[in-house]
Amino acid sequence: MIRTLAALVARDLTLAARVGGSGALSLVFFLMIVALVPFALGPDLNLLARIGPAILWLAAVLSTLIGLDRLFQADEEDGSLDLMSAAPVPLELVVLAKVIAHWLTTGLPLALASPLFGLLVALDGTAMAATGLTLLAGTPALTFVGAVGAALTASIRRGGLILAVLVLPLMIPTLIFGVSAAQSASGGTVPFATPLTVLAGLSLIAAVVGTFAAAAALRWSE
Amino acid sequence: MGWRVRLSVDDLACRRSGRRIFSGLSFALAPGEALTVTGRNGAGKSSLLAILSGRLRPDAGRVTLGDVGEATLPECLHAIAHRDGLKGALSAGENLAFARALLGAPRMEPGAALERLGLAHALNLPVAYLSAGQRRRVALARLLVCHRPLWLLDEPTAALDVASQALLAGLMAEHRAGGGLVVAATHQPLGLDGARTLHIEPAAPAAPVADADEETWA
Repeated sequence: MIRTLAALVARDLTLAARVGGSGALSLVFFLMIVALVPFALGPDLNLLARIGPAILWLAAVLSTLIGLDRLFQADEEDGSLDLMSAAPVPLELVVLAKVIAHWLTTGLPLALASPLFGLLVALDGTAMAATGLTLLAGTPALTFVGAVGAALTASIRRGGLILAVLVLPLMIPTLIFGVSAAQSASGGTVPFATPLTVLAGLSLIAAVVGTFAAAAALRWSE
Repeated sequence: MGWRVRLSVDDLACRRSGRRIFSGLSFALAPGEALTVTGRNGAGKSSLLAILSGRLRPDAGRVTLGDVGEATLPECLHAIAHRDGLKGALSAGENLAFARALLGAPRMEPGAALERLGLAHALNLPVAYLSAGQRRRVALARLLVCHRPLWLLDEPTAALDVASQALLAGLMAEHRAGGGLVVAATHQPLGLDGARTLHIEPAAPAAPVADADEETWA
């Protein structure tokens, strides 16, 4: 079963590398949103530094949505999903592998690049590291929650907008704890570890619930 | 090889989006037998194959695979749907290697399977560069990379040239000689010797399904 999981992940990573697209695109989109904020707010460095983690998190939530609509739709269109659902492995394993591969190509680069983008919103060193760490712990939750929406809209043409409307409300808890963890690192009454632990817990819960819910949604749409 | 698998289908009914597609389908296949499923467009040939492959739940009736021991249904069948299930960005060899890892029970190497289908040169070519018929042959090469007693083929000859159709007929004959089963939905003769035929009739008003109709309109 582990070998099948590895084969599925390797296939999606190869496809992502060959086709390009969503991973790099969501990173550029992330950069765009972060770069737009200083233009909108004006050159007030103190204000930017205070709301910087929130901006990075908001940008991360939005750019997670890029490419998510193709997560299952691409396989649905060419019949690969039929092949995978008729395979002797549980559909849950297929979903898990696809989400892992998707996170490796979108969530992980985003978390790794966030300290760099923190420069644009005048974050200091501690805040940059903290925001990067919270994104690393929190983006899996975003991807798994998004996968449920992607599974529900897999057979709908132009389902991207419905997907966003469906999953954005479900991402609110992750956003709250992500931003509060990032902000507590640079002062505040709450110790950094508390919201970070909750954030990691949210990711683990989303991994379990999201995997089963997305697989159920794919079966239901048959 | 040397399978002794039987397939029996009892009083199968299919309903999609509340509409009765067919009902009262029954047939049984002994080892080495083949079945061609015919019927007009939309009669439910693909739905029947989807039920047999376990992707679609029947409205009524039962599908049983006999003499397969511990194996589960997905471990017993190859389903080649009318969509090829190939990734254009991956080469033919990579597509087959993935199917082999996913389906398990490996048999031939991807290269050898492609050679059997006359596509040895396409091993390292991205599938997107291939023609519709060549893609179909890559999909059919999946039949050879894994051991499966039951082949479910939906329009297997679509887009195939005459030589490839003969090739497919040869593969199916070889599979049946080893005790395997073939169920194919088709509009064209497939060159299956002694195959049984199932013609799916539309759920005609004359047929005694009046209560089902009432249910539909309730």
